[in-house]
Amino acid sequence: MAFAGVVHTPGAAAEAKPQKRGRAIPYLLLAPGMLWLGLFFVLPIALLFTTSLMVPVPGGEVGDYAPGFRFANYVEAITTYWPQFLRSFGYGLLATVLALAIGYPLAYAIAVRARHRKLLQQMLLVMVIAPFFVSFILRTLAWRQILADESVVVTVLKAVQVLPDGARLTATPVAVIAGLTYNFLPFMTLPIYASLERLDLRLIEAGQDLYASAVSTFRRVTLPLSMPGVVAGTLLTFIPATGDYVNAALLGTSRTAMIGNVIDSRFFRVVDYPTAAALSFLLMGSIVVLVAAYVRRAGTEDLV
Amino acid sequence: MTAGQVLAGGELAQEVQPRAARRRFALGDWLIPAFAALAFLYLFIPIAYTFVFSFNDAGKSNLVWRGFTWDNWKNPCGAPGVCGAVANSIEIGLIATLLATALGTLIALALVRYQFRFRASTNLLIFLPMATPEVVLGASLLAQFLNFRVPLGFWTIILAHTMFSISFVVVTVKARVASLDPNLEEAAADLYASPVQAFWRVTFPLLLPGIAAAAMLSFALSFDDFIITNFNSGNTDTFPKFVYVSATRGIPAQANVVGSAMFLIAMAVVVAGRVISARRRRAGQVTSS
Repeated sequence: MAFAGVVHTPGAAAEAKPQKRGRAIPYLLLAPGMLWLGLFFVLPIALLFTTSLMVPVPGGEVGDYAPGFRFANYVEAITTYWPQFLRSFGYGLLATVLALAIGYPLAYAIAVRARHRKLLQQMLLVMVIAPFFVSFILRTLAWRQILADESVVVTVLKAVQVLPDGARLTATPVAVIAGLTYNFLPFMTLPIYASLERLDLRLIEAGQDLYASAVSTFRRVTLPLSMPGVVAGTLLTFIPATGDYVNAALLGTSRTAMIGNVIDSRFFRVVDYPTAAALSFLLMGSIVVLVAAYVRRAGTEDLV
Repeated sequence: MTAGQVLAGGELAQEVQPRAARRRFALGDWLIPAFAALAFLYLFIPIAYTFVFSFNDAGKSNLVWRGFTWDNWKNPCGAPGVCGAVANSIEIGLIATLLATALGTLIALALVRYQFRFRASTNLLIFLPMATPEVVLGASLLAQFLNFRVPLGFWTIILAHTMFSISFVVVTVKARVASLDPNLEEAAADLYASPVQAFWRVTFPLLLPGIAAAAMLSFALSFDDFIITNFNSGNTDTFPKFVYVSATRGIPAQANVVGSAMFLIAMAVVVAGRVISARRRRAGQVTSS
């Protein structure tokens, strides 16, 4: 429904030529929403930054912090939690690559192969977004039960010797990465679908008429034309996957903890606000840097 | 990978099928659909699991299959806390959706229809919340609420949900506004409609499908959000939070009932919407041809 709505508005990204009339009107239209974002997005981020530099009150209770400029918070956060940081980016990257490997052919099947059967196409699209309707947490818990030690899946895998005796699927990095891939797969598939849906099939024919091999037609025609979708999809998958902690918490152990788990527990269990804030900032900063570099390389700046 | 295989199949197809107009990928003819079927299987396994275990005669923890029963569906509020959490989620979702849809639609109108300074920074401010990991959004809002000693609960969740939904509404509605023909409003003006009349009687009805899609999206985002909610909810339970918290002791089968029911309702809405729009499109083709 909704996601399909986003995907479905055809070719609309090109903005109509804005008209000039009524100088105050656009600002009046913008003001309430921008004020909301200012109060509940910009200001909190700024406060998060000041929180990340706070110093503990000497002799104060646990959770008492005074404003300060303790940049050492960042150094300590990195030196203590770099393994979780690396793990987050590693898992996020792997999940993104897997989601791309599954999502691209899936999107291709729906956008190109089902193109001449509209109703089928619409139904397949609904099936891609179907998982969204069962709660994210419930789906992840379902995976936990499906991959559990005595579950059918594990028993069968052991019976056919794919999984050695004594091995397990829950509480492993495999389970966490599979969960991440699963949960964000629709975010990968939908944007790719949107750009493949507009792909003019005659271009592929033209490539073949000009004696391009199938592989080079794909590499030089199909793939470049679907790049905006691939870029949007990888971002929509990578960002939430890297920051996620639900999959690691429900499908993993402390040895698969990601940076989100650390931020969560620093905030709630240890009331160590400065470290949690510093980690949040480091996470956001590294994602922004990676995304900027990626977008520049991919050459599509028009994302929104 | 698979795309490569498809295209490798394409060469085969050329030899076998001379009239290769739009049926070039013979091997891909079954390879891609087979792959897609596997992908759909992957997507549907946990849904099927959730659905099946909503009929489990579970007792306290819904981990092992103990036999079929209708009891959970007959009595979805049977487990303590489930229905309260669902009611909270629905109320929060509705209020946040109303706020975010209104604020986001106004921004989208301004962005597409008017020229103003700070356009680039406005676009950036819309994009950033979508590009920020949820943990960071949740943690930063919590830091703010703690700083200003705002009591956490129902209303802080609404503030948070509205905030992250606005951007998605803007993007959705913006696409719709951009595809509108500005000449329609001019035509209305030529027919002596005031700008207000032209907006409500011409522009707004045309925008409605986009606004409806945006509203459904923000309701879905709000209803399913866990991470940001968990940071800013205090003692208030939402449905995802309820499930997460009870996961340690075992989720009651009623949670599966709620998840499955939400799934069925949403699918029904989507399918109905699709069928109606397909029918309308067909009707439109008939009248225009």
